[in-house]
Amino acid sequence: MNASFAMGYLTFLLQGALWTVGLSVIALLWGGASALVVALCRISPLRSLRVATALYIQLVQGTPVLVIIFLIYFGLPSLGWSVSPLLAASLSLSIYVSAYLGESWRASIQSVPRAQWETAECLALSRLQRMSKVILPQAVRIATPPTVGFMVQIIKNTSLASIVGFIELVRAGQIINNTIFQPFLIYLLIAILYFGMCYPLSILSRRLEIRGSDKAYA
Amino acid sequence: MNLDFSVLLGREPMIIQGLFLTIKLTLVATLCGFCVGTFCAIGKRGSIAWLRRVCTCYVEAIRNTPLLVQIFLVYFGISNLGLSLNAVTVAMIALTINLGAYTAEIMRAGFDSIERGQLEAAETLGLSKRQIYWHVILKQALERVYPALASQFVLLMLASSICSQISAEELTAVANFIQSDTYRPLETYVVVGLLYVLLSLALRALLWLVGLALFTRRRKLGTLI
Repeated sequence: MNASFAMGYLTFLLQGALWTVGLSVIALLWGGASALVVALCRISPLRSLRVATALYIQLVQGTPVLVIIFLIYFGLPSLGWSVSPLLAASLSLSIYVSAYLGESWRASIQSVPRAQWETAECLALSRLQRMSKVILPQAVRIATPPTVGFMVQIIKNTSLASIVGFIELVRAGQIINNTIFQPFLIYLLIAILYFGMCYPLSILSRRLEIRGSDKAYA
Repeated sequence: MNLDFSVLLGREPMIIQGLFLTIKLTLVATLCGFCVGTFCAIGKRGSIAWLRRVCTCYVEAIRNTPLLVQIFLVYFGISNLGLSLNAVTVAMIALTINLGAYTAEIMRAGFDSIERGQLEAAETLGLSKRQIYWHVILKQALERVYPALASQFVLLMLASSICSQISAEELTAVANFIQSDTYRPLETYVVVGLLYVLLSLALRALLWLVGLALFTRRRKLGTLI
């Protein structure tokens, strides 16, 4: 294998890594938006809405991400909608993210001290104002470290998109492997690239957590 | 478009077989992974510098790479070594390695949460390090982190679906086979998805019962867990 050849492989891998990042961002944005809805529905005054969201969370958290991906990629076409691998992967990862982040954010919202809710009510703020001006800004601070930590999970789970043929990091590696037949080497390289993406986030999450708890005790 | 779940009739034996393999993978990996993780947590808190470093590297490497890649690495790594193991064994090894790292982090938090006074008291009584871990720290730490541990075990059960990619014939692999056979992907994956939901509820119930059996102390004091 000459050097320029190897460089070609490496650029292809890095391109795949870029798609991994892209898919993670899509999943985070779509999933994050739905997670906010899920979290707010979970604490809604309407009982039926609360029960329905709880059921949704229970269903999604009880199903493997891989099965959700298959359900959407193979299942939706039989309903007459064709989905591309990118769409299937983004959709299923967003569903996954919405359930896990939604539950985590609900906990953050509810851990805003009770007095804040009551004070806001005393000031005659409407429910919408109460949420957007008083509760959510404080909840964001509580939710940040676990959310950053969860981004690591999102990045890792995008690897499952390779199974339905979306060319991200793992799939790119598999394509290269089909020509050079060195699976161990390739997967080691892939693992290193994933580590490079995830480890900084892990550290950031840990730092934020420590800083947050320092503040709580100060 | 019409749903037709009857195509799954007659394939129950296959589905049940897949279900059992998923359960087997989960139980074996949970037990082995828990032991690996606990020893790793002890290693991370120990006084031997190189062991601490090795354990930290293991935990960080596993926690920051996808399980899919880990499974392939174990799969091809083992064949690179010249060994030939069947897919189920490889899957068990990979899942054990994976769970070990997560358990290590959780158990370390549990070990760290034990008050200094208890350790000092145990040392004063002349207990060796091993005795302190075994008689004093382990059970209390386990009790504190048990909910986190239980969630991790359920996540592992769900993650075992990824083993279908190295042709371990567990539930998801069976689903893949059935849908390619019947051309009824939606029905197949809906049923299998629901089976996973039931399985995770059952596992949670089982872990709750294990918790009740293991940790009796607090309930005797009259407080709820």
